[in-house]
Amino acid sequence: MVKDLSIQELEERFQEKINKDIKIEPNDWMPDDYRQTLIRQISQHAHSEIVGMLPEGNWITRAPNLRRKAVLLAKVQDEAGHGLYLYSAAETLGADREETIDDLHSGKAKYSSIFNYPTLTWADMGAIGWLVDGAAIMNQVPLCRCSYGPYARAMVRVCKEESFHQRQGFEIMAHLAQGSPEQKAMAQDALNRFWWPALMMFGPNDAESKHTLQSMKWKIKRHTNDELRQQFVDVTVPQAEMIGLTIPDKDLKFNEKTGHYEFGEINWDEFWNVVKGNGPCNKDRVETRRKAKENGAWVREAALAYSEKRQNRKSA
Amino acid sequence: MSKKEWPLWEVFIRSKAGLNHKHVGSLRAADAEMAIDNARDVYTRRSEGISIWVVPSAQITASDPTDADALFEPANTKIYRHPTFYDVPDGISHM
Ligand SMILES: [Fe+2]
Ligand SMILES: [Fe+2]
Repeated sequence: MVKDLSIQELEERFQEKINKDIKIEPNDWMPDDYRQTLIRQISQHAHSEIVGMLPEGNWITRAPNLRRKAVLLAKVQDEAGHGLYLYSAAETLGADREETIDDLHSGKAKYSSIFNYPTLTWADMGAIGWLVDGAAIMNQVPLCRCSYGPYARAMVRVCKEESFHQRQGFEIMAHLAQGSPEQKAMAQDALNRFWWPALMMFGPNDAESKHTLQSMKWKIKRHTNDELRQQFVDVTVPQAEMIGLTIPDKDLKFNEKTGHYEFGEINWDEFWNVVKGNGPCNKDRVETRRKAKENGAWVREAALAYSEKRQNRKSA
Repeated sequence: MSKKEWPLWEVFIRSKAGLNHKHVGSLRAADAEMAIDNARDVYTRRSEGISIWVVPSAQITASDPTDADALFEPANTKIYRHPTFYDVPDGISHM
């Protein structure tokens, strides 16, 4: 019986299950570190989806036509949905949803640093869909096979929805790149500003990434940061060439031998600076989320009071 | 400000007529009606369903995974419940 096993035996059994690709479900025994790692990763992922609505939400009212507006609205609504799937998945591990959200607001919890960059022009909607959702897809596809069932299932839903996000962004970029010289310049400018932050989305180099090894052993992660980043560069560079835009990296070149693109050094000082809260929009993003929670509190209370009142009337 | 949160609901969706409702995830809502509305927005944005059930998560009783051996072992040993257990001579059809 599992109940009589020592922690060490339980851990061995757990790892055996992982090795055999048997999924872990909410009520199964799991090491505390596994649970904590997942709570941290899933809630940060959820926060990224929710904060990620802000840079694009910024342009909904100024979309150039009704089609673009409907598409952008649907895309941003999807991101809200992604956040909700993920908060639910975190709750299955015993995380308190409101506490995790408060951790975001206090600065204790992080979210993807890409969303701390401003969206200055309409072309940024193209760059974000194409590059940011593109990078997110690279990260999320392997998570569909993550060892924790509820997270893996949430990722399957998310990935199904993401591919339209990337396509609509690429379409915006392709149209602008074929437009007037000003429109093409706008697209190039957006690519210039979002290229490097998009590469940073994969996280620090493998040598610097402290959680990678254990996460791979637990099959939470299936590929290292550098592997995923390389994959992203390899598929994205030809896409840029196809629409006549230039990747802003003078060191970028194709290596015939390896079949991969070699690219320049990432500015890690910038990365850590943004992670630490000093990016162009960090304060604004967190403040917006905090206000949304505070200003919506009376609505949530009223809804609960209404439901209690009706409940009492029914039972009376 | 009250610290009381909206309860958690489990969501089940029937994807098309003829199929059973299937668990798709959970969400928070103040009451059952709101849970249905939210489930529509969260889980059926691409016509994934034609019918929704919501159940308060607190109302679900689940078997304990540590009892799984005792619960399910009896079925594992009764292989004669499967048609593959039986030898059917060559030449016999419709069986
Ligand atoms: Fe998303
Ligand atoms: Fe997306």
